[in-house]
Amino acid sequence: MARVVVDVMPKPEILDPQGQAVANALPRLGFDGITAVRQGKHFELEVADDVDDATLAKIAETFLANPVIEDWTVRRVEA
Amino acid sequence: MRVGVITFPGTLDDVDAQRAVRYADGEAVPLWHGDHDLKGVDAVIVPGGFSYGDYLRCGAIARFAPVMQEVIEAANKGMPVLGICNGFQILAEAHLLPGALVRNHKLHFVCRDQWLKVENNSTAWTTRYDQGAEILVPLKSGEGGYQANEDTLKELEDENRIVFRYVGENPNGSRNNIAGITNARGNVVGLMPHPEHAIDALTGPTDDGLGMFLSLLDTVVKA
Repeated sequence: MARVVVDVMPKPEILDPQGQAVANALPRLGFDGITAVRQGKHFELEVADDVDDATLAKIAETFLANPVIEDWTVRRVEA
Repeated sequence: MRVGVITFPGTLDDVDAQRAVRYADGEAVPLWHGDHDLKGVDAVIVPGGFSYGDYLRCGAIARFAPVMQEVIEAANKGMPVLGICNGFQILAEAHLLPGALVRNHKLHFVCRDQWLKVENNSTAWTTRYDQGAEILVPLKSGEGGYQANEDTLKELEDENRIVFRYVGENPNGSRNNIAGITNARGNVVGLMPHPEHAIDALTGPTDDGLGMFLSLLDTVVKA
């Protein structure tokens, strides 16, 4: 078994109102110097050893992310 | 006219959509998300709600439901398909319509009666409207912001595929004030506002939405 992390982020040109709301809240909470926040999704998959990278990419591109509005990355990490 | 109305886990507006079909003298045929079966219907409505709890992304899981594989195949052959609200999100996720729906720009769930301008009255679902007519129907969504890249927006504008636009203040940050669009063929239409809630002045703000279901009747009779 391996752990695979898929990170999904809104594309830079897509408005991210959730990230903006977080960014706007930070100065109110006394945290200065944060100029921008983007909010995305982080998936952790427990993956059998015989699942190849092409399959993982397909899972990310067709299901976990919507490529119309989101970019994604897949990486294998130490469990 | 037999019109299928899909029910997914979490669908809310299937009953009102069925009622709208009956108001247009059609037979409403309930379709179940788990069946590979369209029951021989002439058209399909993908209604609003929160299919699969909006988990992952709105419509992302419903798009892979067994019944949707039949809808995608039928839509690509020309069957009229209407997606309302969550149904629009599902059709976008299924790539039957371009673009995507994202969180409203001010983050608030918007629930109000909304004026729309009819920009295209030549789709399977809009022939009963006058070009440029303004209609008042409910809008109730938290993720109704229409987004697409510049090339897609230009294509939609150039090919007259924007079916409805919001009138007045943009309620959700949709690009180009887009409330509803169609595919190149004009048989698939998706919109965020709810025409099925505006078919009788007794129970809605107007009966302006009934025109979509009467338009379908004309389309099916002609076919």
